[in-house]
Amino acid sequence: MGWVEGRFEENFFVTTIEQGIAWARESSMWPMTFGLACCAIEMMAVGGPRYDIDRFGAGAFRATPRQADLMVVAGTVNMKMASRVRRLYNQMGDPKFVIAMGACTCGGGPYYKYGYNVVKGVDLVVPVDVYVPGCPPRPEALLEGLMRIQDKVRGMRYLTKGKAIDLPIPARTGYVQLPPELDDADPVKALEKQIAWAKLTKEKATPTKA
Amino acid sequence: MTGAEIIAVLETECGSKIKSKSPEAIDPFVVVEPGDLLAVCGVLRDFPRLQFDMLNCITGADYLELDPKKVAKAGFEPHMEVVYHFSSFDQKHRFVVKVMLPRWKDNQPGALPEVPSLTTLFPAADWLEREVFDLSGVNFIGHPDLRRLLLADDWVGHPLRKDYEFPLEYHGIRGR
Repeated sequence: MGWVEGRFEENFFVTTIEQGIAWARESSMWPMTFGLACCAIEMMAVGGPRYDIDRFGAGAFRATPRQADLMVVAGTVNMKMASRVRRLYNQMGDPKFVIAMGACTCGGGPYYKYGYNVVKGVDLVVPVDVYVPGCPPRPEALLEGLMRIQDKVRGMRYLTKGKAIDLPIPARTGYVQLPPELDDADPVKALEKQIAWAKLTKEKATPTKA
Repeated sequence: MTGAEIIAVLETECGSKIKSKSPEAIDPFVVVEPGDLLAVCGVLRDFPRLQFDMLNCITGADYLELDPKKVAKAGFEPHMEVVYHFSSFDQKHRFVVKVMLPRWKDNQPGALPEVPSLTTLFPAADWLEREVFDLSGVNFIGHPDLRRLLLADDWVGHPLRKDYEFPLEYHGIRGR
């Protein structure tokens, strides 16, 4: 049993099996082939020999969500694609993990203000485990994100503590928590209030001409 | 042929249909009425010395100044333009045809302005016109399959209109 020597504590009970499972799982994260925009080029570089994601056991890019347990959302997600991203996420087997790669998937990025068709962050669609910012992120940054996923897997204790990671879906609503005077049950009315308030503050901030 | 020569040929072939011309522009163009578009483009395609056998692109341009302070200096009335770029492989020349439209048909907001479809003359116009319909909101009469090309089928509005308002929410996803 040379391959387990020194990797587990000495008392072989349930916890050590769990560690073994976690170790096996973190060492063979299979990502899904899923490039949406320019970040995918960077993801391909990570898969290539120079950065070599295979060193971390995550080099087997699967062509189907059913065989994958890591979804690297690489690139801009638009409104038309959002439902497809969600469906692909639902088709992945548990446990599944999501890396939001790049500024667009983290929160809209350069399309935040004027992108009429861009989802302002993929966490509005699927729960995200690790955010890797950058436009696009360096390949090392994506590897770092993968290592954080591996940390998360290493901490999982399915057998003793039940399902440890239970994210509400979606993890954030995307709406800003507003003071009651600016909020309303009707989103259109609330927006009107906010616009009026923004105009008021802008007028206050504008210096009067001498 | 130069732009001036092309315009001269067009004026002899269909003189009354040319509303205005500008041969000295970098891309020489003529402006025609929407009703005369098919006739003029037919001449462009079929006249032996013109032979415009390729429709390069169709552009929808929305002329609207939203800032009330800049309206006086804008230099144009609010309107839509549809711009057609043609080129010829044999004659190695290019030409532009423009159609001026109101922003809304009969000045009723929501009613798309209408222009005849070029798909009968140039099959390449199919997807180009679908894109212009999708983003700029121009109704191409006679198009065989006028659906949105880029945005989702249930999208509301035409985003490249100057007065387009972003959706607050799209299928439960926050829009802005």
